[in-house]
Amino acid sequence: MKVPVSIQINGRLYESEVEPRKLLVHFIRDLDNLTGTKVGCDTSQCGACTVLLDGVAVKSCTCLAVQADGAEVTTIEGLAQNGELHPLQEAFWNKHGLQCGFCTPGMIFASHELLRTNPDPTDEEIRHGLEGNLCRCTGYQNIVRSVREAADIMNADTQDGGEG
Amino acid sequence: MFAPRFGYHRVSSVAEAGALLREHPGAKLLAGGHSLIPVLKLRLAEPPALIDIGRLAELKGISVEGEAVRIGALTTHAELAASADLEEHAPALAEAAGMIGDPAVRNRGTIGGNVAHADPASDLPTVLLALDASFEIVGADGERTVAAADFFQGMMATALGDDDLLTAVVLPARPPGQGQAYAKFAHPASRYAVIGVAATLEVNDGVCSAAAVAAGGLVPVPTRAPSVEQALVGEPAAGDAIATAASQIGTDLGDDLIGDLFASAEYRKAVAGVYVQQALATAAERIG
Ligand SMILES: Cc1cc2nc3c(=O)[nH]c(=O)nc-3n(C[C@H](O)[C@H](O)[C@H](O)COP(=O)(O)OP(=O)(O)OC[C@H]3O[C@@H](n4cnc5c(N)ncnc54)[C@H](O)[C@@H]3O)c2cc1C
Ligand code: FES
Ligand code: FES
Repeated sequence: MKVPVSIQINGRLYESEVEPRKLLVHFIRDLDNLTGTKVGCDTSQCGACTVLLDGVAVKSCTCLAVQADGAEVTTIEGLAQNGELHPLQEAFWNKHGLQCGFCTPGMIFASHELLRTNPDPTDEEIRHGLEGNLCRCTGYQNIVRSVREAADIMNADTQDGGEG
Repeated sequence: MFAPRFGYHRVSSVAEAGALLREHPGAKLLAGGHSLIPVLKLRLAEPPALIDIGRLAELKGISVEGEAVRIGALTTHAELAASADLEEHAPALAEAAGMIGDPAVRNRGTIGGNVAHADPASDLPTVLLALDASFEIVGADGERTVAAADFFQGMMATALGDDDLLTAVVLPARPPGQGQAYAKFAHPASRYAVIGVAATLEVNDGVCSAAAVAAGGLVPVPTRAPSVEQALVGEPAAGDAIATAASQIGTDLGDDLIGDLFASAEYRKAVAGVYVQQALATAAERIG
């Protein structure tokens, strides 16, 4: 039995018939070669598959595509706007918040979630906010620095009347 | 990992969900999916169909009705943790919800799915037992309400029958002057509770007049701690009296303790008192 779904990913509508057991992460990765979203553990632990579902961070390996029917998804490919990197992407680059980069899309969306709910976190709050994401390379220090820098940039932008 | 094949029905009312449950024996309700999808991927269950209740607005949200707090079954852990109503009327529940898993898990997992799944390592059953919650259930024979003490029946076993749907959790609002707290020993990898303790304390004329303590994580089903509760009443809610009462927890836990590679049953039993003491001391600090 296949079920029709329509999911908007990075502003583009994808309509398809899926098996109900299809995971959102596979829908995203298979459909249009949007392979920025990773599958690390496949058991809800590592956060590599984190995307935004209607603006909120979720682990797409633990969400069925049918549950996202009618929703808007943002993947790492859709975070930059008009060719300009998101402040989180800039900060991960500048502060060396990645090495192999496998965990990075998920880390960025977990950070996005943290700054959405707590725009000016302490370093401890950053570490707690990233509790659901594992990195095998960086040792986390530079990830925390990256999130700190992104928060500072976004807060400065907000004060300047920008969009943050 | 791929789940086994299943049929899928998205419903637009509680009544429709009930009818489908009866029509498809063995079908499972799908709420946030954060227990069910992992179970399916590991092929620990092969339901013929999932009935997706995730969009039922009637099951979402928190309301304060007189002396009672009513929480729709689909309210997410993130919503519980951020609720000003819970902060005021059931702070231990908000505190425990904020300690579940990680932020992405809290965005999807729901209170109804958490208690229906009744994993012994879950946090919310323990708190709801200490807070004397009750559970509103719709089944084939109509509606009924079950008290927490009767709802949690064993490891992953509850009062919910195959055709039942949990609609809401109802709690008595915190009486003025009651302190509440939840203390947790989280598994460092999964964040699930190795030990979780919920406590409430009331003080009159300098001594404890009422106390409720429940422990979970280390037992197959969360348990109240009557020996600890009785040892507190009539004593000052501080220091030595709390430590002495907390040391009674071993009596209340019984012999059927959970142990695994990470923490043996003996170890859990030995450190349980530390978390009881922590929950009670924090609850005492918050009185007022
Ligand atoms: C990585 C990870 C870490 C976690 N850490 C913790 C933790 O630290 N503490 C903790 O307590 N939990 C933890 N959880 C579990 C989490 O809280 C789950 O969200 C919750 O247990 C299930 O809620 P759900 O809405 O996702 O339910 P689902 O997975 O959709 O359903 C679970 C079960 O409940 C049934 N069900 C759901 N809703 C109803 C209803 N209204 N009426 C009747 N039956 C219903 C379903 O049929 C199914 O059998 C964790 C989960 C993950 C993936
Ligand atoms: S792949 Fe989803 S959490 Fe690891
Ligand atoms: S940068 Fe390699 S896993 Fe994080």
